[in-house]
Amino acid sequence: MANLLEMHSISASYGANVVLHDVNLKVNENDFIGVIGPNGGGKTTLLRIILGLLKPISGKMVFNQGLLNGNSIGYLPQMSTGDINYPVTVTDIILSGLMIRKSVISRMSSADKLKANRVIDELGLEGMSKSTLNELSGGQMQRVFLGRAIIGDPRLLLLDEPGNFVDTTFENDFYEKLRDLNKRMAILMVSHDVGTISAHIKSFACVNRSLHYHPSHEITNEDLLAYGCPIQLVTHGDVPHTVLKYHN
Amino acid sequence: METSIFQYDFIIKGLLGAIFASITAGLAGTYVVSRRMVFLSGGITHSSFGGIGIGYFLGINPIVGAAVFGIMSALGVEYLSVKQKIREDSAIGILWAFGMAIGIIFIYLTPGYSPNLMSYLFGSILTVSNADIIALGIMSAVLILYFVIFYRTILYISFDEVFARTYSSYVDVFKYITTSLIALTIVLNIRMAGVVLVISLLTIPPNIAMLFTRVYFRIVIWSIIAGFIGTATGYAISYYAGIPVGATIIFTLVIIWVLVKTTTFLIMKLSKKKL
Repeated sequence: MANLLEMHSISASYGANVVLHDVNLKVNENDFIGVIGPNGGGKTTLLRIILGLLKPISGKMVFNQGLLNGNSIGYLPQMSTGDINYPVTVTDIILSGLMIRKSVISRMSSADKLKANRVIDELGLEGMSKSTLNELSGGQMQRVFLGRAIIGDPRLLLLDEPGNFVDTTFENDFYEKLRDLNKRMAILMVSHDVGTISAHIKSFACVNRSLHYHPSHEITNEDLLAYGCPIQLVTHGDVPHTVLKYHN
Repeated sequence: METSIFQYDFIIKGLLGAIFASITAGLAGTYVVSRRMVFLSGGITHSSFGGIGIGYFLGINPIVGAAVFGIMSALGVEYLSVKQKIREDSAIGILWAFGMAIGIIFIYLTPGYSPNLMSYLFGSILTVSNADIIALGIMSAVLILYFVIFYRTILYISFDEVFARTYSSYVDVFKYITTSLIALTIVLNIRMAGVVLVISLLTIPPNIAMLFTRVYFRIVIWSIIAGFIGTATGYAISYYAGIPVGATIIFTLVIIWVLVKTTTFLIMKLSKKKL
């Protein structure tokens, strides 16, 4: 199994505030890692470093050549980016996921547009290709942004709190979709809701300034305590989840 | 008739002015309205009045002074909002009034009478020179080329800047270039519509277009068409009625907006009844 990405003793800060300290992480093909930890613990910072949006103050990033040579990293940001009233169609938003391989003067080819149509079908957005975001539900918007992240067939998909704006009826479908995608690409998913994601992921990375890798999808409060990751394990609803060992 | 050549010249100038004003305002206006930069554009316009005043005082072309002021204030506000050390709306509010203050002070200090002051505030056909028309024509060509060549890049940066930064290191460069071009567009249209009213020349046509289409490039096309109808009609009415051209154009554009709004509303009502 090929290594996609290695982080060696990465530290990152915003000004004097050190957010990540001495972080090591390997991402392999077919990985599905849940990145958990308290708010402000550095989860999103971890993604920003992988995306190259933030330069680490120390440490080394090793990327698989495939990640750099066109087989890009797909990214689903938190909902807050992007203006839902902006006059841009679903097709055009999904096509923007191809911009990483294009120069600033590029146009979209008919092959690109075919690809966008395939993604639209795959994500169940048929008939909405000409809609704008303000005509869609939260779950549909989520799928549009997922489409933008996967149209380039990335080998690594980064998801930042995808549960935040999904309607619960769609939540299961969404995680099922991720399971399908995981056959084609590694996934790194930031979430504060461990209970919801634990049934879908293969391993955990607990981030709270430092990073502890947990190579199993079963995690207990004791583990979290040992990792210095003070979050609550809560499961609810009909969401399939791993039954955790008894804890106080 | 002796006046016919003068009239002919006047009509050509008006027609070309209307075409170029609607092209530049349509392209810049769609960007401004989509990116919610209307207040920033208002600030750019009014701060450029400072340049007009200094232009008068130094005896250079006031539009050149306005262009320098307009671009500098546009870049200043974009820069401040990127650095986020000051609230953007406060920065715009300060620039807005500061530019007007500088303009008034320097025009007051300029020896002699400034007959064209009113024309800069409210627009005037009589002061639109051939050079102004040529400048607007060149601006139209530059804007068309810019938006056609970089369409996807501009569209995606203004839709989702955060995501654009994940694949492009040119986000800020494009923001600065586009904002500068918009500042220039505004300044060159001041002759037509005047400082007080030029912002509506940019914002009303896209709002007319958005009543019936939500696709970016269609909004641009329909803005240009709506802008042309509004500007040409306003120009003609202004000429025959002898009233200021800027006010007439804006008045006409608002009437068009009301008509289109009513029509689309009625069409929606009727088509719902059928269902």
